[in-house]
Amino acid sequence: MSLLEIKNLRVRVAGHEILKGIDLTIDSGEVHSIMGPNGSGKSTLAQVLARRETYQVIDGEVLFNGKDLLAMKPEEAACEGVFMAFQYPVEIPGISNTYFMRSALNAMRKYRNQDEMDAMDFLPMFREKVKLLEMDEKLMSRSVNEGFSGGEKKRNEILQMAVLEPKLAILDETDSGLDIDALRIVAKGVNAMRSKDRGMLVVTHYQRLLNYIVPDRVHVLVDGRIARSGGSELALELEEKGYGWIDGEAQATVPAST
Amino acid sequence: MTTPMKHPDTYLDAFHRLDQRAAGHELAWLRQLRAHAFERFSQMGFPTTHDEDWRFTNVSAIARTRFSLPHEGRGRLLRPELLPPRLGNPEARLTFLNGHLVRELSTFPQAIQVSSLKAELERSPDTIRLHLGRYLDMQRDAFSPLNTAFFEDGAYVHVTRGKVIEEPIHLIFVSASDRPIMSHPRNLLVFDEQCEATVVEEYISWPGEVVFSNSATELIAGESTTISHYMIEREHGEAFNISTLRIQQARSANVASHSVLLGGGLVRNNVHPVLAGEGGECLINGLFVGTGREHLDNYMHVEHASPHSTSRQFYNGILDGHAHGVFHGRIVVHKNAQKTDAKQTNRNLLLSDNAQIDTKPQLEIYADDVKCTHGATIGQIDDTALFYLRSRGIEERVGRRLLLMAFAGQCLERMSAGAARSHVEHLIHEHLSLIEPLPGEESEPVAVERTLEEVG
Repeated sequence: MSLLEIKNLRVRVAGHEILKGIDLTIDSGEVHSIMGPNGSGKSTLAQVLARRETYQVIDGEVLFNGKDLLAMKPEEAACEGVFMAFQYPVEIPGISNTYFMRSALNAMRKYRNQDEMDAMDFLPMFREKVKLLEMDEKLMSRSVNEGFSGGEKKRNEILQMAVLEPKLAILDETDSGLDIDALRIVAKGVNAMRSKDRGMLVVTHYQRLLNYIVPDRVHVLVDGRIARSGGSELALELEEKGYGWIDGEAQATVPAST
Repeated sequence: MTTPMKHPDTYLDAFHRLDQRAAGHELAWLRQLRAHAFERFSQMGFPTTHDEDWRFTNVSAIARTRFSLPHEGRGRLLRPELLPPRLGNPEARLTFLNGHLVRELSTFPQAIQVSSLKAELERSPDTIRLHLGRYLDMQRDAFSPLNTAFFEDGAYVHVTRGKVIEEPIHLIFVSASDRPIMSHPRNLLVFDEQCEATVVEEYISWPGEVVFSNSATELIAGESTTISHYMIEREHGEAFNISTLRIQQARSANVASHSVLLGGGLVRNNVHPVLAGEGGECLINGLFVGTGREHLDNYMHVEHASPHSTSRQFYNGILDGHAHGVFHGRIVVHKNAQKTDAKQTNRNLLLSDNAQIDTKPQLEIYADDVKCTHGATIGQIDDTALFYLRSRGIEERVGRRLLLMAFAGQCLERMSAGAARSHVEHLIHEHLSLIEPLPGEESEPVAVERTLEEVG
């Protein structure tokens, strides 16, 4: 059984069909990358998998470990092991990072019938992950993402992923707005999480991140469809030739279905 | 225009009876003060919504109801365990039932001069005369005159020069009755130069009881004092609560007023600081949480009357059901009050389509070198923030509750750490759990069958 199986997924947002039939399978231990020009539907796919409710699924099926992902609420998907690092992490004044992470972890443990973690057990583990992401521990007693720089917000997303240890990690344009140092730290955090028990879906516009997180498979999304799939070398080709090349080829090889 | 009083005789009769027995009735100056106040009340009558300051708050239900003034010693509280916990040890704690001191539920530590106003009027009337009624504005509405005419007791606190009182002084005002009653607690809080203290006023009543509490507090903050004042109001759907806090600040006095309104049929919270001395600082911080058909009105009137003074107003409102909230923030900068720095922020969360908020800033600036800003926001629970929490495994209800607590937490953060803040934090948690119950926490409101036993 695959970790994630997407079959003919069609999604509408505010009356517009954004995803027009996606098929994608990810197995545990694999890192897939979705690339594509702006507006191609990359983020929509990530958000649908994280169960954002503003997106309307009009057709298709998504199985996560064989379970119907599209029937799950966001918190259920999270507890089953789906994690999305946000493209735009949200600031939540009044809730500290530490409290947030412990609440989240305990919500998941409760869902899995495990004992909740008290502060004594949680803090040493948390501190270790904070160190891995080279973050200032002082930030952790501050409100979630409030007053964080762009790079700190993105690192905080990966920190959350490291704490929650998902089965499927989706990175939604985690590289956008990062300088090279921050990018390296983020990649280090992600690579430390690569394991045979975990799948990853790295959504990005640029190939740059994939120099550091080398994917097993690359898929190019154009106008709501996967126009081409290949190995990691496909990313380099795209970097060289741009998306226009795929665009034209996709239109040439895939006849319009309407 | 005034609301025709349905029972003017009730007030007149009550006044005549009270005049013979009230605290300090043998003192000519006090009788005169009361007589003037009653005259003023009779002239003004209760305000109507045609009155600009009462546009959003209709008090005709108060005018319509025939309230009686309970006599001292007529009732005994049946459930003292429902009173708030002790906030310090030793704690100065005065408990008033329907406007009268309950001695057995009160403690008076030796170190602080805390007593009942009535006792102090007997002991040293001249001290009281120095301050009582000197600051309260008798021209603005009928409630301050009504209080002055009818008060029977309240707290008298005097902290002398340089003294630092660590534990909060806790004043508890309970209204309990099976028929409509009114009480008019009157507090006089006097702080000499350079002292520090915290005073907590807490107003309580129980479901189903029609009570009207009309309190007035005069707080005199001497030079370079640091004072925290808490107004905790937690009454129920049938209760009317009008409170007026008048703060007089001397030079470099630093006063924080924290209001926490957690329910009530009709609540009006007047806060009126006057920064009379140079370099004064005033924080006016508040949280109001309304559900059902509750009506919670906050009327701020901040007067900068001297140069270099600073005021900060922050009020957060949470409104659910058909609740109606009001925030009226008036800032007056007098002509000589140059270099005034005044800021006002009112944030509101509406949790239902039927909840309502009226927010109104009002700046009157007569000086030319000042900084005054104001801002108000009205919104719902942030969907994006909620999704963020849920995407990390936190259940929707828990997430909503966390966001509510975080919103309320903005007000908590402005309170100094200590017993008073912890108490407030606990009350807010408890109250928000009624609005957004978590699994296994479905509300079981304390069923109180009888709160009062008639004696005598």
